[in-house]
Amino acid sequence: MSASIDGEVRPVAPGTAVQPGDPGTPGETPDAVSGPGLAQRIARGNVFVVVLAFVFAFVVGSILILVSDAELRTAVGYFFARPSDTFSAGWSAISEAYAAMFRGSIFDYQAASRVADDLRERGGSGTYVLLPALARGIKPLLETLTVATPLIIASVGMAVSFRSGLFNIGGTGQLIVGAAAAGYVGFAVPLPPVLHLLVCLVVGIVAGGLYGGIAGFLKARFGSSEVISTIMLNWIATYGLAFALTTTAFTGSNKSQPTSPSVLSSARLPLIAGSQFRLNLGLLIALLAIVFLWWLMSRSTIGFRFRAVGSNPRAAEVAGIDVGRSAVGVMVVAGALVGLAGAVHVLGTEHRLTGSIAGSIGFDAITVALLGRSGPIGILLAGILFAALSTGGRFMETSQGVPIDLVQVIQALVVLFIAAPPLVRFLVGLRRIDQPGRATRVRAARRRAVTTEPESAGTADEGDGEPVAETPPDDAGPPGASGQHTAAPTDEDTTRGGQER
Amino acid sequence: MTTIERPTAPQGPAATAATARPERPRRWWLLPTVLSVLAVLAVLVFGVLAPGGAQTGYRIAAPGDVNPGGIIPGDVPVPTRVAAIVLALLALAVAVLLWVRAAAGRMPGGRARITLLVLFGVLWVLSFLTWAYKGAVVDLGGLLQTMMLLAVPLAFGALSGVLSERAGVINIAIEGQLLFGAFGAVLVGSVTGSAWAGLLAAPVMALVIGALLALFAIGYQVQQIIVGVVLNVFAIGLTSFFFGTVMKQNPGLFNRPLRLPTIRIPLLADIPIVGRVLFEQTVLVYLMWIIVAALTVALFRTRWGLRVRAVGEHPRAADTVGIDVGRTRWSNVLLGSAVAGLGGATLTIGTGVAFGEEMSAGKGYIALAAMILGRYHPVGALLAALLFAFADALQLNLSSLPSGTGAGIPSQFLLMLPYIVTLFAVAGVVGRVRVPAADGVPYVKQ
Repeated sequence: MSASIDGEVRPVAPGTAVQPGDPGTPGETPDAVSGPGLAQRIARGNVFVVVLAFVFAFVVGSILILVSDAELRTAVGYFFARPSDTFSAGWSAISEAYAAMFRGSIFDYQAASRVADDLRERGGSGTYVLLPALARGIKPLLETLTVATPLIIASVGMAVSFRSGLFNIGGTGQLIVGAAAAGYVGFAVPLPPVLHLLVCLVVGIVAGGLYGGIAGFLKARFGSSEVISTIMLNWIATYGLAFALTTTAFTGSNKSQPTSPSVLSSARLPLIAGSQFRLNLGLLIALLAIVFLWWLMSRSTIGFRFRAVGSNPRAAEVAGIDVGRSAVGVMVVAGALVGLAGAVHVLGTEHRLTGSIAGSIGFDAITVALLGRSGPIGILLAGILFAALSTGGRFMETSQGVPIDLVQVIQALVVLFIAAPPLVRFLVGLRRIDQPGRATRVRAARRRAVTTEPESAGTADEGDGEPVAETPPDDAGPPGASGQHTAAPTDEDTTRGGQER
Repeated sequence: MTTIERPTAPQGPAATAATARPERPRRWWLLPTVLSVLAVLAVLVFGVLAPGGAQTGYRIAAPGDVNPGGIIPGDVPVPTRVAAIVLALLALAVAVLLWVRAAAGRMPGGRARITLLVLFGVLWVLSFLTWAYKGAVVDLGGLLQTMMLLAVPLAFGALSGVLSERAGVINIAIEGQLLFGAFGAVLVGSVTGSAWAGLLAAPVMALVIGALLALFAIGYQVQQIIVGVVLNVFAIGLTSFFFGTVMKQNPGLFNRPLRLPTIRIPLLADIPIVGRVLFEQTVLVYLMWIIVAALTVALFRTRWGLRVRAVGEHPRAADTVGIDVGRTRWSNVLLGSAVAGLGGATLTIGTGVAFGEEMSAGKGYIALAAMILGRYHPVGALLAALLFAFADALQLNLSSLPSGTGAGIPSQFLLMLPYIVTLFAVAGVVGRVRVPAADGVPYVKQ
């Protein structure tokens, strides 16, 4: 069902909107020639789109908060009697929710000042007040980093597959397998301290790699779409773990509970910020994973092969790269990284296996990788951001009663908006900055060629259906998950006789 | 196949192999091998290795069925071990037949092969049932009834996939469409107090997801798999959010368990085993039959269907002859999401339960699998949905067996079954799944 078939051409890089224009034509960057103004450059920039995407997502989130706020609904009931009640109720609902999100994810200023007041009352001053207060204040931030740790590692795995042109949707499955394997060794096989931890991590990596490799093998050997097989493998792993947690091997003595015993202390990742925080050595592993991603995809031969296959399988094959073997390799590496994320999740924070050990990390990792454009720095930032949203969301839920599901909506919207920059610009009315003079040219072209018709409501916006072939496509196709692969649709054209264009 | 294969791109090695030995297709041994292994496993596990002495009952006629003079027996007991072995051996015979034919280069094609596969499947499953229900009674009618209940949302979801993928738009967002349909049905049904209003609202609500999918996939040409995955997250988040706020604050007004009335066709509904399955259902089930039939005819016998398939196979050619590719894709995605919305309605007002958080629970992904296993054909999708639902029904039924009876199969394995079957199907065991050539490829007009 996926775009790619038969182990063969993967036409579009994941997360990449297809570039409507013909890359390489002289008309591609007319603005570079004429020298665009600063405003235009900012408006076309990715950062601009990212920021606006967040703004819009939070605006939608605010609307949801308003709709769901019971106090506000009563105030609306007598809106015409006292409209100010409606506005103040609405404002307080939104601002309290977002303030809670901030306090829960970055810096809890309320708790910090409470601690400071306490200490001052007891006669403290200077650093005696400042440091404990600060420590209390940044607790949410450290929690955010803790949550971000497995997310970042898993996203790195996703990024490897995305940049190699494979849609690995199997994060959940690989994470479960990695976590289950590492967790099992962690609680069932007593080993000396440091060795135990290392063995657990390696077991998680190997298990995840093998599990990911299944999808790669099926693709290489039988040409199955990795999208389908990874989705299926997700569920197989989910039920597999559910079954394992009914056996004595996994639950130990308390067979009635579907949870495993705690991982032995020798296999736990050591805490690195003091015992009152959950932040552990996994963060270092996450940073190493980021560096590994950079090295693998930008510096190593094998990464070069992966990318070559990702951007143009046919050309890679002609150049002597074994496309099938590359698919297996990509999935093994991606699965191994996601498996490592599972291991870190169990050994670092969870300590015991449960049926829902994977949570939403598997799917969140996809969105984080997309948001971070599958690059090292992007993933680091996006991972922390998503983790902040979810820790903040959890705090918001407990303190304000706004369900954490709001965060999921915001995350999904951010990714959607970022995937479609033309929509963002359209929403802020910046289409003209997009393509200066486009409107007049289009009008002129319409007059010339009456026969053409916009192809659909959506595409008409970017002028894809317009007769003006020289119209710059702009970055309607953002580099997406992988900046390198925007040219992919073109080779698809050549391989398939330019069917689409 | 399974290989999901794109017809336009014959591969080098495959093509050569095919020309060199046309009589034996590549991997001709795969299907017979898999079937033989399954059959031998059945003989061993269900028969030889199972303890003897027990009996399995098969309930043919339930009380209340049409049964003139008691011709049709009630419970038929069979000796578990012997029956399981005999059935498994029969299945093995089918596999051997396939071996013989395939080795001779005369692998039965088309309908003959499907018939043999179905025969094998039925024998194997009966052997399995005999073993699994050791010492208990297999209530075939009840099992099929549960299967139908579980199959309807899957079938609607798979039809949604067929509609949009035949037009060239990958639809991973089935899960979200189901969820929105279920949500909309309960919300509107509760507020208006009428399940019928909910039935109307479900497709409309699911259209929201369909429109978003179309906007991003067709309009902005964002990678379609990504849009689908993200839309599922969006749908889960949004419905859970409203479930946790509005619906929880006032369940009496916003989240009441309503149920569409069951429509019973007199007399026909009293036929043993299949009567209640086919003729005592809610309007949604009848609607499903109608849509499957209508869609089959429409896709393969009408001008509209030809155009849709043309857009999915070769949009440029379609465009050249004046078919509006964008509009066709938009309308198909919207139509598909409306159909999936009906599937969502089945989850709530079709079964009489209130809305629950993430209540689609992966059904959208099983529907996706059903669509693939059904080879992008409405009838195939329906059959695959029935198959998957049967596994689920079996799991539910087996877990409610009195202790001491049955073979004690962990329910998780049966829950896994649809996914394993699909994995094998996608790896090309069953036959070729031909994906619409332009599936997932945005069309950009020149």
